[in-house]
Amino acid sequence: MADFFASFNIAFLIASAAKIIFLTFLVILPMVAYSVYAERRFSAIIQDRVGPNRVGIPLTLFGFKKDIQILGIGGLLQPMADGLKFILKEDFTPGHVNKFYYWLAPCLTMVPALLTCAVMPFGSELDLSWFGIAQPIKSVIADLNVGPLYMFAISSLGVYGIVLAGWSSNSKYPFLGGVRSSSQMISYEISLGLSIIPVLMIFGELNLSKMSAYQDANGWLLLPFWGEGLSLSRWVLLIPLGISFVVFTISMFAETNRTPFDLAECETELVAGYHTEYSSMKFALFFLGEYAAMIIGSGLAVTLFFGGWSIPFGPLLSQLTGLQFHFVPGHTPLYTGLLHIATFFAKVFGCILFFIWVRWTLPRFRFDQLMALGWKVFFELALVNVILTAVILIWCPLK
Amino acid sequence: MATITVQRPKLAWHEKWFISPFIKGMKLTLGHAIKNLFLLIGRKEKTTMEYPEQKWDLNLPDYYRGAPALVTDEHDRERCVSCQLCEFICPPKAIKIIPSEIPSDDPWAKVEKRPKVFEIDMIRCIYCGMCEEVCPEQAIYLRKDYAITGTSRAEMLHDKKRLYEIGGKRVGLVNKWNELK
Repeated sequence: MADFFASFNIAFLIASAAKIIFLTFLVILPMVAYSVYAERRFSAIIQDRVGPNRVGIPLTLFGFKKDIQILGIGGLLQPMADGLKFILKEDFTPGHVNKFYYWLAPCLTMVPALLTCAVMPFGSELDLSWFGIAQPIKSVIADLNVGPLYMFAISSLGVYGIVLAGWSSNSKYPFLGGVRSSSQMISYEISLGLSIIPVLMIFGELNLSKMSAYQDANGWLLLPFWGEGLSLSRWVLLIPLGISFVVFTISMFAETNRTPFDLAECETELVAGYHTEYSSMKFALFFLGEYAAMIIGSGLAVTLFFGGWSIPFGPLLSQLTGLQFHFVPGHTPLYTGLLHIATFFAKVFGCILFFIWVRWTLPRFRFDQLMALGWKVFFELALVNVILTAVILIWCPLK
Repeated sequence: MATITVQRPKLAWHEKWFISPFIKGMKLTLGHAIKNLFLLIGRKEKTTMEYPEQKWDLNLPDYYRGAPALVTDEHDRERCVSCQLCEFICPPKAIKIIPSEIPSDDPWAKVEKRPKVFEIDMIRCIYCGMCEEVCPEQAIYLRKDYAITGTSRAEMLHDKKRLYEIGGKRVGLVNKWNELK
C-alpha cells in the first residue's frame, strides 16, 4: 500500500489539479458565460440595437440611486444575472419522458466539451523558479501524443447528448432535432477529420504542444513569415492549407451546431429543436455546452493554423527588443509564459467573434443542401487535398 | 393560359458557390457593427431609444390612440350623458356604465342623465378608438397615455374618478347644453 502511494508523483498531481482548476473553472466557464454576453452585444450592434447594457453591481437593491457599471461598460454582469435566473427557474421534468436519458443528455453535452480541453496547449511553459519549483511547468493539462485524435474522439461524443435529448423527450420536435443533428454531425465529422490530415502531414506530429512550438519557431501555418516559414515549400503548401482551413472551419461550424448549420435547434421549424422539453439548469447545460464546444473548436483551429499560443513574429520581436518573446524549451521567462497564455486566449476570443459574426450574417441552410455540401463537396475536397499535399511534399519537401 | 418563362438571372461561378454573396453579407454586417460600436463608445445619438430614460412622447402624432378617458366641458359639467353607445360598441366589452338620473334641483337637470358608474377595464381595452368615434357628446377621448400598468387587476380598472383625472377638461367642442349659447 505504501509503495502504491509512493508511486504517485505528488508535485505532478498538484500541478495537474491546479491546471485543471485554472483552465476549466477560471477560464473556460467564464469564457463561455462571457461569449454569450459577447454574442448578445455583437448581434445587437450588427442589428443597430444596443443590447444588454443595464446589469451592473445592483446597488439599487440596497437603496442607492444608481447601479455601478463595471469599467463603464453596461451589462458586464449580465451572465451572472442569466445564471441566477437559470438556477432559480423551476426544473421541470415532463411526465412523458424517459427520465434516465432525459437527465443524462445535458451532462453528455457539457462534459465532452470540457474534457477536450485537457489536451489543449493554452501556453508554452511557466518558469516558476522564483517560487522554488525547478522544473518549468507545461501549460497543458495532459501533453498527449495523440492530441487531435483525442479531441475528435471525445468531442464526437457530444452528439449523443443531442440524440438522447431528442429521443428521450418523447415529443416530435426534439425527435426531429435529434435525428437531424446525428446525421449532420456524423457526416461532417468525416470532412473535419480529413481536413486536418494535410496539417498533420506537414507537422509529422500529433502532439499539439509540439505543433505550437514548431509554429512559434517557424511561422504559423497560414502566416509563414519567419524561420523556416520563408522557404518555398511552405509558401506552396499554403494552397492545400488554405483549402484545409476553409473545410475545417465550415465543418467546425456544422460540428458545433452553429448557424448557418444549426438545423438541430432551428427555431423557425422545430420550436427549439432537441431541447424543447428542457428548462432551467438542464437547458442551460445544453446552451453552455454549445458555447464550450465552440471555444474548444476555436482553440483547435488556433492551435493548428494560427500558431496556438505563439506571439506573432515572436523570434523577430525578440531580436528587435532584446526581450524574449519566443519559446525556448526550458528557458522561457515567466513573463513570456504568461504572455503566451494571454495570446492564446486572445486568438480564441477572436475566433469566437468570427463565429458570432457569421451567425448574424448568414441564413440557415436547408437540410438537403447541408448534407449535399458535406458529402458531395467537402468530403471529396478534403480527400483531394490530402493527395495534393502529399504531391507537394514529395516535390518540394520541408527541411 | 400562356406559359411565361421566367428569365433567371445568370450567376457567375462565385455567386453560385456563395463566395461573393458571403463576402458581401459579411461586409454589410461588419459595417453596421463598426458604425454602431462607435456610436455606443461616443455616446452619440443611437438608432435605438433606451426606453425608460428616453421617451418618444414629444413626437407622438395627433392621431395617437392611448388610454381612453372622460372629459368635462368648460363649466366642469361631465359631458357623458350615459347613452351607453360606447359600452355597446366596445369590441372587447371593456366599458361598464350604470346610468343615473340627474336630480331636478341640479343646474344641469335638463341633461337628464349622467353615469353613476363608468369603468373601463384597461386589461381588456384594445385602444381601438371606437368609443371616441361613436360618442355623440364628444365625452370620451383617447389620450396619449400608453404606459398603463398596475400590480393587480383592481388597479387596472379605471373608475370614473380616474378617467376624469386622465381626461381633464376640453373646451369649445359641442355646446348644445350651454345656456349662454
